[in-house]
Amino acid sequence: MHAPDGFINAPVSLGTGAVSASILAVALSKARAELDEKAAPMAGLVAAYVFAAQMLNFPVALGTSGHLMGGALAAILVGPWTGMIAVSTVVILQALLFADGGLTALGFNVFNMAIITVIAGWLVFQLVTKIISGRTGVIVGAFLAALVSVPASASAFVLQYALGGTGTLDIMDVFIAMFSVHVLIGIGEGIITLLTVSAVLALRPDLVFGARGKVKAELEIRESKVS
Amino acid sequence: MKLKNRFFALGVFVTLILAGVVSFYASGDPDGLEKVAEEKGFLADATDHGLGDSPLADYGVSGIADDRLSVALAGTIGVFLMLALSTLMFKFLAKRK
Repeated sequence: MHAPDGFINAPVSLGTGAVSASILAVALSKARAELDEKAAPMAGLVAAYVFAAQMLNFPVALGTSGHLMGGALAAILVGPWTGMIAVSTVVILQALLFADGGLTALGFNVFNMAIITVIAGWLVFQLVTKIISGRTGVIVGAFLAALVSVPASASAFVLQYALGGTGTLDIMDVFIAMFSVHVLIGIGEGIITLLTVSAVLALRPDLVFGARGKVKAELEIRESKVS
Repeated sequence: MKLKNRFFALGVFVTLILAGVVSFYASGDPDGLEKVAEEKGFLADATDHGLGDSPLADYGVSGIADDRLSVALAGTIGVFLMLALSTLMFKFLAKRK
């Protein structure tokens, strides 16, 4: 999903970039409420992990690959605002140091990969954990949040392409192609997110932001059994 | 080692293995967007990256011919940079409450 320069014209690239910058400014102030001394190193680790996982393209269909975007994962592990900043940092570093994702495209690449994925993922996670309680809810929620976040990101790109695509193409045609391949990538995103959240939940449930007040209750019951 | 430090040590270790070792085996096929761009005919609209000649461009270290070593080094540098930059930033944000 790292778009190069040239796919989207300058006005739409700059406009979406301005939207991204405004949302990140809000995120920077809101993240303070999510962060404490314990959460700051975890947020750094999550950013590094997402960077590493984004290098790992997995095959999804004939001659096509995909990789984790990490927005849903980051939101669940460190909170939506902090997660948004963490994944944005990854996308910015990739464009500036690794020539991955264009420079004029950076604003909308951040929007698609770090902002939309977090918003869509967090909404789905909230919904699922309201329906299914406890550890199961967190794990099922992690899978579904990640699964939905990828086609949501692809849809955001198609919207930008519809507004400022440099080519003249049938938008519905582009949408169907983008959506379907990103549902497949979303399944991979869901599996990686589920495995990662399960691992952290097993080792350090207190470090999973999305599990606060949901998994603790289970732990308290176990403690009282011992005593 | 305390439990807390053990978790972070494990996390950094796994992350380094992913970026430094597993990354060599990543699929080289075009990703979803690139594939669609190719099929629908807008891949040619892409222009060269302004920093395409930078020393870490395309997840390789320029001047290192061995592909495995090149991607391993680029991945490792990326992980340490990401860890350092973001941990500093988040610590700063956490303090400014």
